[in-house]
Amino acid sequence: MRKSPKEIFESSRSISRRGLLIGAIQASVVGVLGFRLRTMQLEHEEEYRLLSDGNSIKIRLLPPARGLLLDRNGLVIAGNEQNYRVTLTREEAGDVSTVLGRLRQIIPMTDAETAAIIAEINRRSAITPVSIADRLSWDEFASIAINAPALPGVVPESGLSRSYPRRGDFAHVIGYVGPVSDYDLSKIENPDPVLRLPEFQLGKVGVEAKLEELLRGKAGARRVEVNSAGREMRELSRQEGQQGATVQLTLDAALQNFATQRLGTESAAAVVMDVTNGDIVAISSSPVFDPNMFVRGISGPQYRELMNHDHRPLADKTVQGVYPPGSTFKMVSLLAGLESGIINPGTRFYCPGYLQVAGRRFHCWSRGGHGSVDAVQSLERSCDVYYYELAQRVGIDRMAEMARKLGIGVRHDLPMSAVAEGIAPDREWKRRRYDQEWQVGDSINASIGQGYVLASPLQLAVMTARVATGKAVEPRLVKAINSVAQPVVDFPDLGIHPLNLRAARLGMDAVMNSSHGTARRSRIVAPEWRMAGKTGTSQVRNITAAERARGVIRNEQLPWNRRDHALFVAYAPYDNPRYAISCVVEHGGGGSAVAAPIARDILLFALSGGVPPLSAYPDGERGAAEERFKNMNLAPAVVAQTGRARA
Amino acid sequence: MSYLDYKVTQTPTGLRKILYISWPLVFLLTAVASTGFLMLYSVAGGRLETWAEPQMIRFAIGMVIMFALAFVPIWFWRTISIPAYLICVLLLVAVDVVGQIGMGAQRWLQIGPVRLQPSELTKISLVLLLAAYYDWLPLEKVSRPLWVLIPVVLILLPVGLVLGQPDLGTALMLIMGGGLVMMAAGVSLWYFGAVSGMVGGAIYAVMISRGTDWQLLREYQFRRIDTFLDPGADPLGAGYNIIQSQIALGSGGWSGRGFMQGTQSRLNFLPEKHTDFIFTVLAEEFGFIGAMSLLLLYCLILGFCIHSALTNRDRFASLLTMGIACTFFIYFAINMATVMGMLPAKGSPLPLVSYGGTQLMILLLGFGIVQSAHVHRPR
Repeated sequence: MRKSPKEIFESSRSISRRGLLIGAIQASVVGVLGFRLRTMQLEHEEEYRLLSDGNSIKIRLLPPARGLLLDRNGLVIAGNEQNYRVTLTREEAGDVSTVLGRLRQIIPMTDAETAAIIAEINRRSAITPVSIADRLSWDEFASIAINAPALPGVVPESGLSRSYPRRGDFAHVIGYVGPVSDYDLSKIENPDPVLRLPEFQLGKVGVEAKLEELLRGKAGARRVEVNSAGREMRELSRQEGQQGATVQLTLDAALQNFATQRLGTESAAAVVMDVTNGDIVAISSSPVFDPNMFVRGISGPQYRELMNHDHRPLADKTVQGVYPPGSTFKMVSLLAGLESGIINPGTRFYCPGYLQVAGRRFHCWSRGGHGSVDAVQSLERSCDVYYYELAQRVGIDRMAEMARKLGIGVRHDLPMSAVAEGIAPDREWKRRRYDQEWQVGDSINASIGQGYVLASPLQLAVMTARVATGKAVEPRLVKAINSVAQPVVDFPDLGIHPLNLRAARLGMDAVMNSSHGTARRSRIVAPEWRMAGKTGTSQVRNITAAERARGVIRNEQLPWNRRDHALFVAYAPYDNPRYAISCVVEHGGGGSAVAAPIARDILLFALSGGVPPLSAYPDGERGAAEERFKNMNLAPAVVAQTGRARA
Repeated sequence: MSYLDYKVTQTPTGLRKILYISWPLVFLLTAVASTGFLMLYSVAGGRLETWAEPQMIRFAIGMVIMFALAFVPIWFWRTISIPAYLICVLLLVAVDVVGQIGMGAQRWLQIGPVRLQPSELTKISLVLLLAAYYDWLPLEKVSRPLWVLIPVVLILLPVGLVLGQPDLGTALMLIMGGGLVMMAAGVSLWYFGAVSGMVGGAIYAVMISRGTDWQLLREYQFRRIDTFLDPGADPLGAGYNIIQSQIALGSGGWSGRGFMQGTQSRLNFLPEKHTDFIFTVLAEEFGFIGAMSLLLLYCLILGFCIHSALTNRDRFASLLTMGIACTFFIYFAINMATVMGMLPAKGSPLPLVSYGGTQLMILLLGFGIVQSAHVHRPR
């Protein structure tokens, strides 16, 4: 469409009028800006100049002492310790290398360290104090203070730094603090100014990160007079900050220590829960690392060693790690079947050692088969074929629903990092995830906790607690904040028929205490602590037909990372459940041989409140147990301190 | 007017285009950017490599882009105005989606080494589209309600997406930029009056809603308003920036404290002094004279653009130039008003001066289009 000259003329005229109007609007805005500049800079210059000079009376923030973390008995898990350090400001130092040279006569520093410090100083802006040395002795600190005139720009400071007296025991739950990075700041809307202080540290992972706001406290402030170089002349007034909240956790330091020691160098996790109130009393992932290394600044090689370790010490296997639960999932399948009404506890299936479904042969772990099996026996002997039959009749959706009811495939709300949701697969899930239809073979695999099913050790502990109580037990980690106890929830009933629960519990009891039980060797003989449990061994590889033809390879012959995971869940005492435990040993082999003995030791420690009495063990086991405990390097029982930080 | 209407024979071709570029504009842009380099050098404590040097490199790249764009025929911009707008909308949707997956607010997309901020790009593409729309629309229809509604929807679509990021500031800038193009196109002033009245009423409603059970803003948003109205109430918290920035600015006086002598900025009282608060550093070190000079440079840039727009007989080019000038105006007016405590504190850069790549590139891209309009004007 071509425009006529008249149109062009009209358009130009209209734009010219409006252009001038807009120009006028802009001019008036600029006028306002200019006028404001004039008012501020010319008329009120004196006032602002005074305020600017008055800025030589500075307000300096006082970092608050970080809140303590205590165990359930008041023992300090994360505390603060006095830390002497020196900082250097480039602008005030002038010639940085000369000053550093003088400083090296007082504090020993290698050439590499010096180079790193100079690089750091040059990276930061000229007026930012950079930390030169940390954790000085009092003598070093004092002689720096005395030599201050020869060390321009060097400021000796004393402050608090985080310390974890229980070292590795709580590394994964509690996490650690570290220096505030730009990335941290960018994530926070309106960051607290105290975060910008050099050396201020904030929680990076675990409870330290999740309860950061609570633990940080409120900064205090002091008004100081400074000279033109920025050096402090005197303090005018001081307003103390407020220490962060003291948070008491549900964890028991002695039990946690024992559990960590018991897991030893295995790549493993154990979770102990009080089934009456959901308290997590121990949650241990191994191998551990020392969180104090991160507070002090971990060195490159140290960090690489942790990262490259094939047992992944930095990962928290208790809540982040998810595993095929194997036979420990059978309680879920059984209860799904019983609740559906399709089977009852007396229903029997015949196990010839395998089941032929849709042209595929699904094997039971027992080659010879278990014969005719009922509900209790199915758990006792861990018969797989019973569950294959059950899965075909009950279907995956009911099993998934029961799994979620028992806490698998549900994210539990704990203040820990990356709490995994696990997977309780159903038809809908597979369609969404793989865009494929659910196959009957998938149900069969899921019924024995293989295939798509994944659960974290935490979820397995919750599942066990729920089976043991019939209530919707929720785990909790925080017992009290500033000595105010967190409310204990009265858990609602799960709505599972008591007779069905009873069948599952009888089955778990039989696993441990009947003559055919798969974990009979790991039973507790003390009647008041009678334990019910379930073993699980989950494959991490597929057994090919060729392998099967050759005969199954024994676990010990495989490389470590292809061996089966060993799992075990249990609760005790049987008649009046108090604690539930789950234990997963990655690539450990069999659940009954590896995971069950560990879980028994930890559970007995929790029940007896100390190193387990040997009388609780079957005759043949006592010698080995005694030997184990003797070789442990348990932390000395520390007298409970009242939770007050040194400030 | 299609490209057939351009008297192509009278439009410079090839390298001769360089003679028709508005050289005063190039000179002014360089002057403003150089002020920026000087201030960045000062803020870094007399060091080039911290901020000034990277900024110079970016500016050089931006200038090359500007010259390249100046050579692009003006009708090209109208051809791509619709696709450009659609791409921007899609990118904004992508940002929202990525933001939701990555948990937390996010305003950019990482594409390889480039960090793309679609909301900035939208400022230009929205102006492009509106200019093309009003070029196409016959003049007599401009103020009819239906034909007013269409551009309003075109503006509100990206605004809604930007709000989802959430980025209230950019959303407001898009509304103002789009509104000014509509005004330039000749939409009846009654519409603007009515909208202003409604906005005034809405602000009143929000303010009286506080503390009632139909409260319209979150409590922290109200606190931000409080801080703006009375920065002294929270001198160590949110009001800190505003107070410190005003002190720095006011203490500059007539001629300032001298280059690299500003105590406020030197002693680290000023937050983000290399980005959002760089104007205060200038005002402190060079005083009223320095600050007014920068303001004058900005006005000259505006003036050149408006002059170029008014003398251009091509409606599309004229509206486009006007729109880009207005976007530029909104940038510097908002930043200056903020640091002078006349608007609530909100991070926005000072155009061409603040440290940062995105806004520099977007602005030079915009000025490249202005140059293109200038070079290819019907003669």
